[in-house]
This record gives sequence, structure tokens and C-alpha cells, in this order.
Amino acid sequence: MPVLVRIPTPLRALTKGSAEIQAKGDTVDSLIGDLERQFPGLRERLLDEAGELRRFINIYVNQEDIRFLQAKKTALKDGDEVSIVPAIAGG
Amino acid sequence: MEKLNGLRCRECGRHYQAAPLHVCEFCFGPLEVDYRYDALKGVVTRESIAAGPPSMWRYKELLPIDGDVAVGHHVGFTPLIRAQNLADELGCREIWVKNDSVCHPTWSFKDRVVAVAVTKAREFGFDTVACASTGNLANSVAAHAAEGRLKSYIFIPADLEQGKVLATLVYNPTLVAVHGTYDEVNRLCSEIADKYRWAFVNVNFRPYYSEGSKSYGFEIVEQLGWRTPGHIIVPCAGGSLITKIWKAIKELKTLGLIDGGLGTKMHAAQALGCGPIVTMIKNDTDVLVPVRPNTIAKSLAIGNPADGYYAYKVAKESGGSGEHATDEEIVEGMLLLARTEGIFTETAGGVTVAAAKKLIERGVIPRDESIVICITGNGLKTPDSLQDRLDAHVKIKPSLSAFDRALADLKSQTS
Repeated sequence: MPVLVRIPTPLRALTKGSAEIQAKGDTVDSLIGDLERQFPGLRERLLDEAGELRRFINIYVNQEDIRFLQAKKTALKDGDEVSIVPAIAGG
Repeated sequence: MEKLNGLRCRECGRHYQAAPLHVCEFCFGPLEVDYRYDALKGVVTRESIAAGPPSMWRYKELLPIDGDVAVGHHVGFTPLIRAQNLADELGCREIWVKNDSVCHPTWSFKDRVVAVAVTKAREFGFDTVACASTGNLANSVAAHAAEGRLKSYIFIPADLEQGKVLATLVYNPTLVAVHGTYDEVNRLCSEIADKYRWAFVNVNFRPYYSEGSKSYGFEIVEQLGWRTPGHIIVPCAGGSLITKIWKAIKELKTLGLIDGGLGTKMHAAQALGCGPIVTMIKNDTDVLVPVRPNTIAKSLAIGNPADGYYAYKVAKESGGSGEHATDEEIVEGMLLLARTEGIFTETAGGVTVAAAKKLIERGVIPRDESIVICITGNGLKTPDSLQDRLDAHVKIKPSLSAFDRALADLKSQTS
């Protein structure tokens, strides 16, 4: 299932500068597995030692924060858009 | 004097050169300005500060500015008011109101952060500034961009109060109303900031921007005669202000400008309809659960606060607490401050007053200790919130007899 993944600037050194990449996965968790296969080192930037999403990273599936969905178990389907976004300050 | 060491990750400690960067490339932790306190100690003194201008720039050495101040020369040094009427009403000995509802030029504490961010944007050579905002930041970025002759792009949730929209448009920015919550505007801006080379004050300029809030804390301590209060109650949206007031107090301690211990308990105030930080404090967990905001306190309506974790830690570390306020309590809080002290604050101020009242009534804040309530925005920007509550006024024909009758009616109603 190809999914469009938007990569933020701090991670683009790992994706050879690409801001958008195609990846596969039934869930966010398996998508992260595919990202790691394509771009080794990406997984540890997103997940901590315990395998949990790092505190200051937000992941959105079609503009929705995955914490409002099923977190890492959130299901993905063809054509979904996933954004990886660092936390930003208030206003 | 070389006072800055560039930027440093708050989480993993990695160092970065001074640049428009906000996120650690490795762990995504927020970057923070790194000061050389050893170089500042003995140079920044009570006397050197007192000799500075009556603005936030009296603390310029403790702010991340290398050159001259570019905009906002008159921001800050707002009144710290001894609120005896409010103290009497709440049965307390000593309450102070730090009143940024009269901060120059756009009537909220956001002028402090924006003055630093826009000055820094000029230092880095940007010609365009931008922000995601719940209103007050929009006003301030647009105003300071006008002053600095910079272009500005302001992103707001489309349902923002009309007063805050007009008070942004007047400065002629490009205003973009986004159909979504502030959190959605924020996410969008994060992606826009990645694509366009603009100085987004609360995205890529966040490390510099957020330092401006320290001046609010410095002023509280200086205006109390270099004394730290027992309690400070702070409204929380993204959670940055409470974190930076605490940092300010610690810096003054590091520099030897306050005697004794830190001595202040920091309390977070949020609306019940959007209170994820207070929920963390009440549940004693460092895991933030985002919420979908539903409150009249729109300037605090951030369901996914970036500094929520740090705000929680400040409340814990200082021995403070947190309290929610319902929409009804928010309005009553605004009215209480207006009725007792003659200060008209916006809904966020109503949240803070209401939370302070509840913490005092619950005994969390002892009535005989010194209390500072942070008022950070002006009521004239959000009059809609009071429309239904305040409709009673006397209407008469222009004659003395009409007034006499009306007065007699009023007296009979109150007797």
C-alpha cells in the first residue's frame, strides 16, 4: 500500500534531501518499519529505546494527529498522506 | 562581551551554531539558547539593570540579542500592582497583578517575545516574518513587522474573535484564516516553514522568541524589590510562559541577584475546555494527552501544547499545582478583576483569576503567602465573551426628571 510521507527538514539528511517519499505499511508502525528499510537510521530518530514515539514528534495521517486515532496501530490505506512534524510553540 | 554559545538541545544536549533552527536533528528535542553565565556574573547586577531603560530591554544582556534592538523599543516593564481589593475579597494578605494587558504596543505579553524574534530575524537577514497565532501573537507580529518594515504572513484559525482579526489587519499583513483549530494551523505552519524561507517567530525562531518571556519573570522579581513571591499563577496555552518565568527566576539566582532560595511555587491555569497541561499536573503524569479545544478562552485554546511537558515539570519541580476553569468561571474571573481592581483583561486573564481563586479556596495556596497573578492580555480584544453577561444599563431621555425617576427606580431595586 503506497502512502505519501512528508519528511521534515531535520530528517532530510537521511532521505537524501527528499521532502516527500513513498512508503508501504498497513499501519503507522509497519510504515516506520518500511521507512527504516529504505532509509536506515530513520527509525531511531522517530522512536525511543522502548519503541515509543519520541516525545517531541507528532505524526499525522491525513491531517489527523494519530493520538486521536489508534496511535502507532492506526490503519493506513492506499493514497493516505502521513506527515511527520516536530512540536512547535504556542501563539 | 561574548554571552551566547549558540543553541543547545534541551533533551540530548547537542550543540548547534546560532541559526534559525528550532529542533534537534537527532532527537527532535527543542533547541534553547545557551548563555555563558560565567561571563554575565558580576556584569549584570541590580544596579546595571536599574540603569537600563524602563522597558524589557533593561534585561537585554539576558536576552539572545547580539546587536542593537531593531523593533519594540518600549515593550515591557508593565505595572506590578498591589491588588489589595482583590486580596480582601479572596481573604488573602498579599496579591499582586502583573499587568501585561497594558503592554506596549499591542496589549499582551506577546510583544515581549515578538520584539526579540523580529530583532533576531533582522540579525539573520530575513525580509519576511510569519506566525501561527490564536490572536495576540498575530497582533504583535503584524505590528512589529510594520515597525521593522518587514513583510508578514499571519496564520490564524478562521473562527478567531473579530477584535483580534481587526487588530491584526490594521497593520497591513497578509492574513491567512485557516479553517481548522489552532493545532491544525500550527501543523500547517510547520510544513510551510519547511518550504518557505521566512522567519516564523514560533517555529524556526522559537528558541529566540520564547526567551522574550523571561522578561516578564525578571520584572516580577525586580518590581517586588528583588524578592521572589510565594506563588505565581500563570495562564498556559503552549506552556512556554510558565517555563520561561521559572527560568528567569533561576537565572537571577545563578547571577546572584536574589537572596535565599528560589522560594516560588509555579501554578498553571487552563480552561476546562482545553486543559491538557493542568490534567497532566492533576494526574501526575509526564505524558501529554492532546485534546480538541472547546472554550471561550481562545487565546489559550491549544490542544497539543509543545511545551506541555516542560510546563508540567516546572509545576512539579517548584512544588506548585494546576487548576482548570469553566467558561462560566472564566467570565466571573474577568468580572472579579474588573470590579475589584479596575483592570479589564481578556478571557485568558479570567482563566488565571478563576484558577487562583479556586487554588486559594482549596487551600493549595495559603492565604497568608505572597501571590502574583499573571494577566497577559487585554479585555477590549474579546468583548464578545461578556456580551450576554453585561446588558444592564439605564436608558433615559435627555431630561433631569427622567434621570430622577431612573435613579429612584434603581434605589428601590437595590434597597
